Amino acid sequence: MGRLSTLQWPVVRQLRTGDRTGRGVAATSPTTRDLQPRTTTADRVVQSVCPYCAVGCGQQVYVKDEKVVQIEGDPDSPISRGRLCPKGSASEQLVNAPGRQYEVLYRKPRGTQWERLDRDSAIEMIAQRFVQSRRNRWQERDDEGRILRRTMGIASLGGATLDNEENYLIKKLFTAAGAIQIENQARI
Amino acid sequence: MANADCIVLQGGNMAEAHPVGFQWVAEAKARGAKVIHVDPRFTRTSAVADKHIAIRVGSDVALLGALINHVLTHDLWFRDYVLAYTNAARLVSADFRDTEDLGGLFSGFDPETGTYDNTTWAYDEGSDDTLQDPRTVFQILKRHYARYTPELVQQVCGISEADFIYLADAVTGNSGRERTTCWAYATGWTQHTFGAQFIRTAAVLQLLLGNVGRPGSGIMALRGHASIQGSTDIPTLFNLFPGYLPMPVAGRHDTLDAYLAAVGNTQQKGFWANADTYFVSLMKAYFGDAATAENDWYFDRLPRLTGPHSTYETAMAMIDDQVEGYFVLGQNPAVGSANGKLQREAMRHLKWLVVRDLSLIESATWWQDSPEVLSGEVRTEDIETEVFFLPAATHVEKAGSFTQTQRLLQWRHQAVQPPGECQSELDFFLELGQRIRSLVADSGDERDRPLLDMTWDYPDDETGNPDPQAVLREINGYRTGEHGQRELVSGFGELKADGSTSSGCWIYAGVFAGDENKAARRVPGGGAGVSQSQWGWAWPADRRILYNRASADPDGKPWSDRKKYIWWDEEQQRWVGDDVPDFPVDRAPHSRPDPALGGPAALGGDDPFIMQSDGKGWLFAPSGLVDGPLPTHFEPQESPVRNLLYPQQQSPARVIYPREDNLDAPSAGEQGADVFPFVFTTYRLTEHHTAGGMSRWLPYLSELQPEMFCEVSPQLAAERGLVNEGWATIVSPRAVIEAKVLVTERMTPLTIDGRTVHQIGLPYHWGVGNEALVTGDAANDLIGVTLDPNVLIQESKVGSCDIVAGRRPRGAAAEALLASYNERAGVTVQTDNQRITDPPAELHDPAPGDDRDQEGWTRW
Repeated sequence: MGRLSTLQWPVVRQLRTGDRTGRGVAATSPTTRDLQPRTTTADRVVQSVCPYCAVGCGQQVYVKDEKVVQIEGDPDSPISRGRLCPKGSASEQLVNAPGRQYEVLYRKPRGTQWERLDRDSAIEMIAQRFVQSRRNRWQERDDEGRILRRTMGIASLGGATLDNEENYLIKKLFTAAGAIQIENQARI
Repeated sequence: MANADCIVLQGGNMAEAHPVGFQWVAEAKARGAKVIHVDPRFTRTSAVADKHIAIRVGSDVALLGALINHVLTHDLWFRDYVLAYTNAARLVSADFRDTEDLGGLFSGFDPETGTYDNTTWAYDEGSDDTLQDPRTVFQILKRHYARYTPELVQQVCGISEADFIYLADAVTGNSGRERTTCWAYATGWTQHTFGAQFIRTAAVLQLLLGNVGRPGSGIMALRGHASIQGSTDIPTLFNLFPGYLPMPVAGRHDTLDAYLAAVGNTQQKGFWANADTYFVSLMKAYFGDAATAENDWYFDRLPRLTGPHSTYETAMAMIDDQVEGYFVLGQNPAVGSANGKLQREAMRHLKWLVVRDLSLIESATWWQDSPEVLSGEVRTEDIETEVFFLPAATHVEKAGSFTQTQRLLQWRHQAVQPPGECQSELDFFLELGQRIRSLVADSGDERDRPLLDMTWDYPDDETGNPDPQAVLREINGYRTGEHGQRELVSGFGELKADGSTSSGCWIYAGVFAGDENKAARRVPGGGAGVSQSQWGWAWPADRRILYNRASADPDGKPWSDRKKYIWWDEEQQRWVGDDVPDFPVDRAPHSRPDPALGGPAALGGDDPFIMQSDGKGWLFAPSGLVDGPLPTHFEPQESPVRNLLYPQQQSPARVIYPREDNLDAPSAGEQGADVFPFVFTTYRLTEHHTAGGMSRWLPYLSELQPEMFCEVSPQLAAERGLVNEGWATIVSPRAVIEAKVLVTERMTPLTIDGRTVHQIGLPYHWGVGNEALVTGDAANDLIGVTLDPNVLIQESKVGSCDIVAGRRPRGAAAEALLASYNERAGVTVQTDNQRITDPPAELHDPAPGDDRDQEGWTRW
C-alpha cells in the first residue's frame, strides 16, 4: 500500500467531511463504498418466526441462489417490531452452522465410530425396530384384567422446538401404535 | 403487559431470557408503570426495574402468601370483583382440615401412598354472601394465611419488612377499577416440588385484586421454546390428547361414559360439559370412518395409562431394561434433563436410539465422549445400543406453525429446501408411519388395527414436501356439508358428538375457517385494532385476553374507562369491545339460566370463568390439584433451612425417587446438613438456548459465552477462597462439576432464620462432549429427580451443594470425592424421602375444644 497523501490522513478526512467521531464517511474506502448489504442483493425475502424462545419474534429470511444469506427482524411484527436478540440475530448461523450435519449416521452395537447409512435404509431399519419393540413390550391387560392395549417398548422425547403439525402427527402415530411414553421439554 | 400499571417479574429473568418481549415491559415503564423484579440474583432485568428484591430461592409461596394476608388484613381486596366473580362465598365441607390444623397437611392425606383423597375439600351446599361463615372460602383463606406476615417473610425469604411493604404498596396501589397489575414468571416458579402451587398463589392474589381478564392484568407464563405452548396444546406429552383432553387411565376411564364424565359431565357449567364433542371429533380426525358410534368412537382401542409415565419415570424404566427404543427429537436429555448421569445411563440400556437434530449433540454421541466414557467408568466397546442420527431441517427449511407464549399461532413460510439428507419431522414421521403400516399391513393382528385404521394420507405441497397446511386443516376440523361434502368448521362451537364433525384439536378449531390459514395473517402491526388481531391467530376462537368478560363489572359496564375492553351493549343485546368476547356473546349480564341446563347454556351472566364447573375464579380449589386446595409454603426437597411455618418440612405429596443414583443432601436439622451447606440455582443466559443444541454450534453465540461459570458473592468467595476467573468445584450428592468463578455483588448472601444462606448461580447450557464449539460441565448433573405431583416437573431451580476452589478431580478420583462427601453427610436413599417429617404433630386431628382464635394459638 502506498503512502497516504496528506489529504487522505484520517484526521484530515474527519475534518474535511465533518465526521467528528470518525465512525462515518471518514472511515470508508473505495472497497467499503462498493460493498452492498446482502439484504439488497437477495433473490427473495420470506417471512418466518424465530426458532428460539417463545416470544415468537418475526423474521425476514433473505435467500440468494437458494441459500439463506441473512435473517433479519420483521418490522411488521406487532410482537417484536423488527427486533431480534443475540440468538435470533445469529439464526443465519443456525442454518449454515459449520458443525451442521447433512448426512444420516449409524452406530452399530459396540461400535466405536459412526458409519454412513442412506436415509431410506435408516428409516426402514427404524420402522422394523419400531414394529419389533412394540410387540416385545406389548401389554394387553393389567393384573386385574383391565384393558391396557399399549406398548412400553418405545419412548420419545421432543416437540417444543417442532411445529404444531409435526407434534400432531407424532402423537397420532404413537397413539395408534399404543406407545404412551411420549414427552417433551414442556415437562422439563 | 404494555397496558399494566405495575409489573412484578418473579421466577424469571425476562430481560435476558426473553429480551425482545421485554420491550413491552419497557413500554409500560416508560408510561409510568412500576416494575419490580423479585429474584435470587440481581440480573439485567433488575438493572432496569424500579426495584430488585432478593429472595431465597424456592420461598416464593411465603412471600405471595404474605401479600394475600396483607390484602385481606388491610381490606385491600376488590370487593365487587371478588363477590361476583370468585368462589369466596362458597361453603366448604365441615370435614375439611387446613394445614393450620394438621401441621402442614390438609385432610385426606395418605402417608403410605403420599397422595390426597380430596373428598373433604369439596364444596358444601350453599354460600354466604356476607363472607362471615367460618366455612366460607374467604374465611378459610384468611385463616390459612394468617401467619404469613412481613416478619415471617423476613425470616423465610430474607426480604426486609421495608421491601415487603414497598412491594405490597406497589401492587395494591396499582389494582382496582382504574389500574391493573400483571405478574410474569418462568421456570423459576415451575421447577419446584410444588411449582404449580407457586402459580396458584399468584392466581389467588390476582383474583383478590381483580387482576384477571382485564387489560394489563393476569399472570404471564414466559415460556422458553418456540412452540413449547403448541407442544402442550397439541401435546407430545404422555398424559394428554390434543386440546387438554386426558389420556384414558385404566381403572378410572374404563368406558367411554366414565371417561367423558371425568373430563366434563354434561350437568356442569361451562365449556368442558361439551367434552364429548371435542373427543368424538378428535377420534374422527385420528381414525376417520373406523371411529363409529358402535365402537364408542374407537375409545376401546386406545392405549391406557396406569401411572405417571413421565420422561423421568421412563428413563428409570430404561435403566430397568423395560424400554427398547427411544426417539430424541430436537432435545438433548444428556445435558438438559435433571440428573444427567441417570439420563446417560438410561440411554446406555436401550436397544436402539434415534436422534434427530441439526448437529451431533451430546445425546447422540454419549457412547463416544460422555463424562462416563472419559472417566473410564464405561467403555464404548461394551455399549450395545444401536444409534441412528438423522439430520433435521431448520425452521426456514419447512413451513409450519409455532404457538408462542401468548397462545398465538404464527405460520412460517418455507424459504429453502432442506439440504442433503435433512428433513422435517413432518416428512420423517409421515414416511416412518407409512413404512410401519406396510410392515403390519397383512399381519391380521388385532393390535395392528389402529395403525391401519388411522388416517395417514397427506398430500405434498408445491415444493414436493408433505403439505403442513393439509395437517393444519385436519387440526382445524371438518363438518359434513349438505351434500356430504367436507367443509372446514369455523370454530369449536360447531363440533358435534354424533360423528358428523372432526377436529384434531378442538381449541384450534377456527384457525383455518373459510379455508384461510389465519396463522399466516400478516397485516403490518396486526392492524389498527387494540388487540392487533390481524396478525396470526390466538386459540381459542382468536381471543387475545382470556376470561375477558371479567373486564366489565357485573352489570356489563367497564370497571373504568381507563381499563375498558369488553362490555355489554344494551341496544345490540350482545357483548362488544376490542377483542372477541370470551363468553356466550348474547348472554345478558344479569341472566340467570337454570343451572340444570348444564354446559355453556347454564353460565350466568356473571360467570366469566367459562371453563370452571361453577363459572367462578377459584380462590380455593376443591379439585384439580393433587397436593392441596390452597398453596402452602414448604421447603425444597433438600434445604439448609427448616420450615418455619409447619412441622412438615417438604411438600408431602411430592413425587420422590429414593434410589442410589438419585441421592439427596440432608436438610436442616438432619445430621450432615453442614456438608452441603450452600444453595444453588440454575438459569439461562441470553446468548445460549437450553442444553446448547441450537447455540453451542454457532460461532457468534459460542464466542459471546464461551465457558461454563458459577456466580458467587464476594462474601462466599472470601469464605471459600474462590478467585474471580479461577476455577471452582461444585459438589452435590449426585455429581461433582467444575466451573469458572465469577465473583459478583449481584449475588446477595441472605439472613434466614438468624443465619447466613449463600446462593450460587449456575447457567445450564454446557455439556461434556467433542462436537460442540464450546463445551463444559453440565449443571444438570448436579440436580436430583424429585417432582411436582401435579405436572411431574423436576425441582431443578434449587438444590444443596458445597463449593471449593480449584478444578475437579479426573477419572475415578471424581467418584471417590463424591463418595467421601456422601459418607461424611451420612446420605442414604432415605435422606429427605420421609413423607411425614413429624408424625405426632401432623397426623392427629385437633381437639374440638382448641381455640384457634386465641393469640399465638398453635398445636406444635
